[in-house]
Amino acid sequence: MTETIQNSVISVLIENESGALARVVGLFSGRGYNIESLTVALVDAERSLSRITVLTSGTSQVIEQIKAQLKRLIPVHAVCDLMEEGPYVGRELALVKVVSRGESRTEGLRIADSFRARPVDTTATSFVFELTGSPAKIDAFIELMRPLGLAEVSRTGIAAIGRGPSVFHVNEEHV
Amino acid sequence: MTAAAERDATTGNEALNGAEVLLRVLDEQGVEVVFGYPGGAVLPIYDALFKQDRIRHILVRHEQAAVHAAEAYARSTGKVGVVLVTSGPGATNAVTGLVDALMDSIPLVCLTGQVPTKLIGNDAFQEADTTGITRPATKHNYLVRTPGALAQTVREAFEVARSGRPGPVLVDLPKDITVGQAPLTAPAMSRLKRFRHQGGPDAEAIARTVQAMKTAKRPLFYTGGGIINSGPEASELLRRLARKTGFPVTSTLMGLGAFPSPDPQFLGMLGMHGSVEANMATHGCDLLIALGARFDDRVTGRVDAFSPNSFKVHADIDPSQIGKIIRVDVRLEGDVRDTLQALLDAWDDTPAPDLSTWWNQIASWRSVDGFGFTQDMTPSAVIRPQHAIRRLYEMAMETGRDTFVSTEVGQHQMWAAQHFQFAEPNRWLTSGGLGTMGYGLPAAVGAQVAHPDALVIDIAGEASTLMNIQELGTIAQYRLPVKIFILNNQYMGMVRQWQELLHGSRYSQSYSEALPDFVKLAEAFQATGMRATCVGELDDVIRRMLEHDGPVIADICVAENENCYPMIPSGAAHNQMLLGPDQDSAAAGLTEEGMMLV
Repeated sequence: MTETIQNSVISVLIENESGALARVVGLFSGRGYNIESLTVALVDAERSLSRITVLTSGTSQVIEQIKAQLKRLIPVHAVCDLMEEGPYVGRELALVKVVSRGESRTEGLRIADSFRARPVDTTATSFVFELTGSPAKIDAFIELMRPLGLAEVSRTGIAAIGRGPSVFHVNEEHV
Repeated sequence: MTAAAERDATTGNEALNGAEVLLRVLDEQGVEVVFGYPGGAVLPIYDALFKQDRIRHILVRHEQAAVHAAEAYARSTGKVGVVLVTSGPGATNAVTGLVDALMDSIPLVCLTGQVPTKLIGNDAFQEADTTGITRPATKHNYLVRTPGALAQTVREAFEVARSGRPGPVLVDLPKDITVGQAPLTAPAMSRLKRFRHQGGPDAEAIARTVQAMKTAKRPLFYTGGGIINSGPEASELLRRLARKTGFPVTSTLMGLGAFPSPDPQFLGMLGMHGSVEANMATHGCDLLIALGARFDDRVTGRVDAFSPNSFKVHADIDPSQIGKIIRVDVRLEGDVRDTLQALLDAWDDTPAPDLSTWWNQIASWRSVDGFGFTQDMTPSAVIRPQHAIRRLYEMAMETGRDTFVSTEVGQHQMWAAQHFQFAEPNRWLTSGGLGTMGYGLPAAVGAQVAHPDALVIDIAGEASTLMNIQELGTIAQYRLPVKIFILNNQYMGMVRQWQELLHGSRYSQSYSEALPDFVKLAEAFQATGMRATCVGELDDVIRRMLEHDGPVIADICVAENENCYPMIPSGAAHNQMLLGPDQDSAAAGLTEEGMMLV
């Protein structure tokens, strides 16, 4: 009875208070849940709400537990499973440093162009490319850069939002 | 009363410091007793305590004991238990108690001192990252950073502790906040409305449950600590529902007392050391209704073999518990009291179904008498621990007094659960989830403080009780007439039992070397010590213990090698119970073939 492991993108609206992120991260580590990536930033200054997007994986029972456990945290206002709710857009930003000369350098620039990666820093021997897209696209870009002088990578993890007019928000009565 | 008389120059309100504001809010929350231990960072609070007489402070001898005492106070009264300890080691010593309360859903507010805000992060004397350390040890915690936030934070801490699934909440109080002036702000609207279950139990889920109840041939109620937490009314509703339906009832360790143990409809505790009839009925039922229980691994045994053929209903106030371990057919989110009321309303005047075949099967399992034992009654015979607890129970009942029992953790705890009977909720105080040795003695302190006229007994093992034995000092100071009933087998009995059964009888470090003389130990703490070394002395010791109006340690020397049965080995199914050396499990019908008879 082995169950399939699925990916899940979970968005959390959480009070922007000291220790709030630690509660979420501690929940994942303490209960042995995966974090593939996690992003967090203030999204509603007026109501002091941050949005956390977690890319995680597990059996359907584990994903259900993750959501239920998140909802128990006192600063958490709302939890949304974007994959379950319908189509969504997930985007990640990466900064990729490539150090190379000659043939590799021009080849790197050509590939970057086809990925719509923008050089945001250029020297005679290096580029820093800025690239946004799905994690898979960024993975593919990095693999192509590897033989061409790939030196350093910084990725944000995905930010995600549901497609269409429906909105993930907190219940106004409860704020 | 100098401070209280002063007025704030600008507002004209009473000028209070943070410590005084704290005590005002505790009083407003109905707090009568605080269990604590002073230290540098909480001196302002102790100074404020000194100047008032509404809140009583019980001085324990170790911060862990303060938390266990507050747990028992809470468990035996239904109120929130309150703890007050200092920063650094005061807070870290409290951590075991906090996790214990978290696992067993006990409402607590733990107030910890902290170094002044300016020093936080500087490795100051007695500084610890208390909110960091206790984040996974509490339901929620707070660090009060501004005087203006103090009153409302403490109020919210009480609300979090007692609402929904109860639990421990910690409030960390930097010394500058308690020393400096703080406003006694008016109670603000709760920001926790989203945690309240709206609109009562789901009508469709209730209807599906009652439909299943009407057609079930082999139904079973499996009740847990949630019924105790919900309050005495929930226990009363459970009794009414059981009467109306005629269904059998089993309980977890934490739920004992919600349904009267002596009742013929009660099958006893289920799980690793549960009764034969409870475990076989759980395995064989066709409808399992879990009420305020969480399918702990000590209850389920092997999860994929747990109650394999039943329709499962799970009622719990904490949605995250439903479907966590066992997939269920019906979810009933909400306070179990409301769920029980809704089930009673929907059942209405339906006559109790004919369950005679099921009850006959249960009777045959019951006849195995898995808790049975034979006590040699020759006066010089060795006392068997089960016999000691049975006699303690019988003689305690003869006193007619309201009786509270706490336990430590291990064999004696399981024997107490098996052989001591509880007719009412809130009388049984034990560490279930965390299994904290050293719980029972401070728990007895908390229960006796809450119920000064009641009979409070700590059923203990000689190893566990030594883990918080310093509380004999607390017992002496407040003249608490606690009875410490030690089943002394000179072993960490449950460790010894597992070593015998699973580790080739290699008794690694489980012998209690160099035990104190418990009679002399009692005397050293102004208590009365007694000892029974053979069965002929047992009744007399119990009688004298119960008659004595002060604290007693009764050192009951029991058989060293007794094992606790029945036992479901870890990872085994409920129909694979070990019944003990004298009984053949197959002969008792505890096999799949036996199950076919159901």
